[in-house]
Amino acid sequence: MSETSTRPASSPPEHAHEEIRLVAPSRQSPAVRAFNTVVRSREMSILLVLVLLVAAATAKNPSFLFSGNGWRDLLLTPSILLLLAAGQAVVIITRNVDLSVGSVLAVTAYLTGRLFIDFPGIPIVVVALAGLAVGGVLGLVNGLLVSLGRVPALVITLGTMYIYRGLVLTWAGSDRINASDLPRGFLRLGTQSVLGIPVLFVVAVVVVAAVGYYLHAHRGGRELYAIGSDPDAAVLYGLPVRRRVLAAFVLSGALAGLAGVVHAARYGTVSSGAGTGIELEAVAAVVIGGVAIFGGSGTVWGAAIGAMLLVTIDRALPILGIPDFWQRAVVGVLIISAIVLDRVLSARRTRKLIEAREQS
Amino acid sequence: MKLLTRRAWALTAAGLSATLVLTACGNDAEGAGGEGGDGDVTITMLPKNLGNPYFDTSTAGAEEAAEEVGASLQEVGPQEASPDAQVQYINTAAQQGASALVVSANDPTAICDALNEARDAGTQVVTFDSDTEADCRDLFVNQATAEGIAKVQIDLIADQIGDAGEIAILSASANATNQNAWIEMMEAELEANHPDIELVDVVYGDDDDQTSFDKTAALLQSHPDLKGIISPTTVGIAAAARYLSESDKKGKVALTGLGTPNQMREYVENGTVEAFALWNPEDLGYLAAMAANALAAGEIEGEPGDTFEAGRLGEYTVEDDGSVLLGDPFVFNADNIADFDF
Repeated sequence: MSETSTRPASSPPEHAHEEIRLVAPSRQSPAVRAFNTVVRSREMSILLVLVLLVAAATAKNPSFLFSGNGWRDLLLTPSILLLLAAGQAVVIITRNVDLSVGSVLAVTAYLTGRLFIDFPGIPIVVVALAGLAVGGVLGLVNGLLVSLGRVPALVITLGTMYIYRGLVLTWAGSDRINASDLPRGFLRLGTQSVLGIPVLFVVAVVVVAAVGYYLHAHRGGRELYAIGSDPDAAVLYGLPVRRRVLAAFVLSGALAGLAGVVHAARYGTVSSGAGTGIELEAVAAVVIGGVAIFGGSGTVWGAAIGAMLLVTIDRALPILGIPDFWQRAVVGVLIISAIVLDRVLSARRTRKLIEAREQS
Repeated sequence: MKLLTRRAWALTAAGLSATLVLTACGNDAEGAGGEGGDGDVTITMLPKNLGNPYFDTSTAGAEEAAEEVGASLQEVGPQEASPDAQVQYINTAAQQGASALVVSANDPTAICDALNEARDAGTQVVTFDSDTEADCRDLFVNQATAEGIAKVQIDLIADQIGDAGEIAILSASANATNQNAWIEMMEAELEANHPDIELVDVVYGDDDDQTSFDKTAALLQSHPDLKGIISPTTVGIAAAARYLSESDKKGKVALTGLGTPNQMREYVENGTVEAFALWNPEDLGYLAAMAANALAAGEIEGEPGDTFEAGRLGEYTVEDDGSVLLGDPFVFNADNIADFDF
């Protein structure tokens, strides 16, 4: 604390501000700290890209934002990926990955259709809870295999991805759920809005906010970051690593299960191929959203913005006149730049921290 | 010493595999011969993908035909309609010594080698719905001529939008054989007979509900003056109808194409779709299985001019390009859709 007095309190030189921010952030006023955190965050830069993209598309074609359908689709289309990305972010933060979410989605999407066909008049809430529960159980299987079997999650969830998909194939066969099989009220839920905001989007945002807050502010959430930063250290420190990792997989499975119900409401048709490949989109959203693929850093909110960006790119590029075939390439470029940016930023931060420490 | 041991091992291994291959060949030849002699025809049905109601219906027709002629029929297929996904199923059918393989090709060339290997092993290859290169199959059962299909869809859309305005096409995958052929014909037909209709975009939904749905949204978004959409694929038209039926463009943007009555019923009844076209896939599967049986039983060679009896559909003649034509496309609308259930 003695250094404080050696420096003039009024008008500190520019580099001192920077130094204080890096070395002793608690000496800044809470307002300044909060402002700095928000403005300097990775989430902010992705949000900026998203806003620019929407602005560009709207400038080219005002109906992208200013028509009833445009506004609705902007929020509604990413809803499914938002749910998956929230779960995926939690798993990736613990230095694992869940590739089975697309197959879990297919299981519960088909389950949703079957429940409505086999039990006419079943309340929508019960179906949603069933989706969550079945997804949670499938996630529990992943979690048990990963945390007890000590096998890399990549391999385990790659395996369960095929197993769960096989489950749907056996169950559904070549049968498919058509829109006419589902109750009108459920299908209407797929497009219904409250105060101009689609219901499904509200559901997704509530989930993202809750999970994000837990990770940000709760002990259990912080422990997930600690586990992802250094699993061995977390074990030595006495953190309940297995239990936390297990819980992360259950959460990811349950959210994928909910996403399956949302999928059925949104698209009205469910075949055994539903959600094929969406697991990679979820991983991409999380990485673009600033969650390090090796765990330990990033936020669920970032992953959610990544998901919005990924889906909105798909919708905006055709309007900007970029042909269909190039859209995937653009997504690839985004992923790679996100990772490169990650490396550059972390190298820079390390250097600055060392410099600041040496100067102070 | 080490080298010698290795070489010895290699020789043994080579010898063993040669024996295995020879044994396998012998078995196959015997199997195929035996079945041919007994008149016991086994047909393997290989659609583009499983879980597609269109192919479910064609397989039902094929099963009906197989039952009538006393052949046994088995359906196999990949989950996704990707170009090379069918190869493994073709190989398996050949190894099992199936007398005929009825296949709808995901790609005109990607499965050619596999099909020709199967034919060398004694399996008769009939393509239906989506053809391969002509030298990879014995017969193609054509649901309708490309001209007929293109014309009926253009006629429908022209009728629905008053023969003027912007239209777009929502197709299957970018390399789908028949969709691409139809789109070419549609462009030609538009140019020749409908100068006031402008085709502004062709997008690909990959025969996936979700992708087709999102592409429809994007189409309406990027072309605010769009008057109509043609979707020459059953998955595409149903997904597009689902999006349209809940959007503010319902009733303003016409939708037609190729669809199945069960999938389109709701949208025809609620006014989203006025009319759409298709042949009867059940008849198509029926005819394909009948043709496969005729080939396997040696009744026809697949040469132009060959004729065969196809049960309830009557007599068919093989045309110059080695194909058999089912008939004219059928138009479904609010008045007749209740009569169909497939």
